[in-house]
Amino acid sequence: MSDPRPDFSDMSCPLPILDHDTIQLAHGAGGRLSADLIDKLILPRFSSYELDQLEDQAVLDLPAGKLAFSTDTFVVSPLFFPGGDIGDLAINGTVNDVAMSGAEVIALSVGLVLEEGLPMADLHRILCSMETAARTAGVRIVTGDTKVVGRGSCDGIFINTSGVGVVPTGLNLSAASLKPGDRILLSGTLADHGMAVMTVREGLSFRSTVSSDTAALNGLIRRMLDVCPEIRTLRDPTRGGAATTLNEFAAASQVGIKLDGDSLPVRPDVMGACEILGIDPLYVANEGKLIAGVPAEAAEAVLAAMKDHPLGKEAVVMGEVVSDHPGRVTLRTGLGAERIVDMPVGEQLPRIC
Amino acid sequence: MKHLSEYRDAGLAKALLAKIARTVTRPWVIMEICGGQTHSIMRHGLDQLLPPEITLVHGPGCPVCVTPLETIDRALVIAERPEVIFTSFGDMLRVPGSRDDLFRVKSRGGDVRMVYSPLEAVKLARENPDREVVFLAVGFETTAPGNAMAVKAAQREGLTNFSEIVSHVLVPPAMDAILSSPTNRVQGFLAAGHVCAIMGWSDYERLADKYQVPIVPTGFEPVDILEGILKTVQLLENGDPSVVNTYLRAVAKDGNPNARKVTDEVYTVCDRKWRGIGTLPGSGWRLRDELAAFDAEQKFQVNEIVTEEPEVCIAGEILQGLKKPHDCPAFGTECTPMNPLGATMVSSEGACAAYHKYNRGDLT
Repeated sequence: MSDPRPDFSDMSCPLPILDHDTIQLAHGAGGRLSADLIDKLILPRFSSYELDQLEDQAVLDLPAGKLAFSTDTFVVSPLFFPGGDIGDLAINGTVNDVAMSGAEVIALSVGLVLEEGLPMADLHRILCSMETAARTAGVRIVTGDTKVVGRGSCDGIFINTSGVGVVPTGLNLSAASLKPGDRILLSGTLADHGMAVMTVREGLSFRSTVSSDTAALNGLIRRMLDVCPEIRTLRDPTRGGAATTLNEFAAASQVGIKLDGDSLPVRPDVMGACEILGIDPLYVANEGKLIAGVPAEAAEAVLAAMKDHPLGKEAVVMGEVVSDHPGRVTLRTGLGAERIVDMPVGEQLPRIC
Repeated sequence: MKHLSEYRDAGLAKALLAKIARTVTRPWVIMEICGGQTHSIMRHGLDQLLPPEITLVHGPGCPVCVTPLETIDRALVIAERPEVIFTSFGDMLRVPGSRDDLFRVKSRGGDVRMVYSPLEAVKLARENPDREVVFLAVGFETTAPGNAMAVKAAQREGLTNFSEIVSHVLVPPAMDAILSSPTNRVQGFLAAGHVCAIMGWSDYERLADKYQVPIVPTGFEPVDILEGILKTVQLLENGDPSVVNTYLRAVAKDGNPNARKVTDEVYTVCDRKWRGIGTLPGSGWRLRDELAAFDAEQKFQVNEIVTEEPEVCIAGEILQGLKKPHDCPAFGTECTPMNPLGATMVSSEGACAAYHKYNRGDLT
């Protein structure tokens, strides 16, 4: 007599489709698809000793010194722009924020918020540029998190990165430490990133050759600090541009800053785009530049060290710290007049005519 | 870019400044019409370098500043409608109406988009046949041809979902109003070079003759502006109320006939309210009656919205050259670019905003 019971031995639930062209909500649900996304797409890009342990946290061995810690969230649109994408921007941005303290940047975390429907190919491309950027900066990605949100809840992908570094004993950089007579150094051309993004943004459809300057500046900073550990302060003029950073310096140190309008380096194509849109390059974001306050007697040596590095070839002395008009930044125009360089009110908007 | 550096050349500018100083023998009040010129004067600090005899006053030529509150209020009502994609040039987005601005409408869910060209708004209309695309067509004679072309393109393509809020203003009637005012103190004009590039300068000969003032079409770079000032001073010193064009690389006497033709086919002259000044007869353009289908104010029935200008600020007097921004008690205190009380603080081209950004007076 045959066994009346049905045979379940070969039966299984239909497997969910693992190979998707786009991100599904299930990729963030913590199950098989999540694990698949992490194992196949993310871990191979970011592999490091700590990350590969797949613990809930990374445990780091740190050298002696003070801990520098910074976080930044990246929400750029469009995701891909000439010269970079949201991926390298997210790595370089946090590396730079940590490095501006003089710290040796040690490790980063990466938090990804993915929108349902994001093409896998786009995610892959972004992860690859994060991998390249981290490797170029010499920084490990040691912990991370991935979430998926419904279509319309974010703009393709948002990325949060946090970074830690260790400030060697003896370094004490601070925006509040500028003194009259100090020189203000700028590592290269202004406004490249902001104009690259603006010229490809929907609605501003003119072609240009402008390209983002996104880059990790920790190597350049190390070179500068080797020459002059007494550098007063370093900051990367991102959102709000150089004008905002300089106003922050002037306010924090209660000094005046005088800029030499003729010295400011702006690429001709960037200047052209700024002129067309009625935008002042001093207020436009940079992602691979730094501004340094340096004691006068060391300015020449620091400038030479900067010019010696690929990311500082076009470095200039852009101005001087003065005791006049504390808290204010002024600019001597090419014609010899002097005007105030104020904080921007909000986003710069293209003018009508 | 070559042109840009040439017209910012410090040597040329200094030679012109020296020549202006040698030419001037008594005080003159000169108005630069265009907000772009005001901006350039402030950005390069030209007013600090001129001899003390010359007073520059800033004219009404900032399209953002003079767009009446009423137009903004109507635009806000239209932009809030769910079926509407509202499009505008960038710097109009921050201009406050009586209670709100377009950025805030956007934050509440309105579909407000910045465009660089009105033809992009037409493209949006083509791509979104189930939506209504509205373009805020403001500006002087300079932006009108492009805005007119947008209407013609929509008409040619048979797009019934594109319309404009038209609030164009014209320079010569504003100059006429300034010159005919009993309190006028303007003795010579730098006419707006880009307006002249479209319209030519024949209209100014009538004004120069009627009021016996020299008028000099002038460009926007420091060397352009100093050349315009030098020519104006020479004419003033010689008692010669002529029109002399110094913006030779852009302006022909007849302007741009093609641009004038397309504008004339789409718009017709009307009375127009100016923010801070009031209604000036024959000082604006509206859509021609046969193109009423493209008139957003009619389409969305917002003509009933009437807003009176608040009396808090002196923008009207500033726009007429009667007062300077720092004559206003609210300047830099109650009224800042973050919280503008009046038109001239709103746009980066506005005289108050330019003074606030680049100035002066408070350099301690």
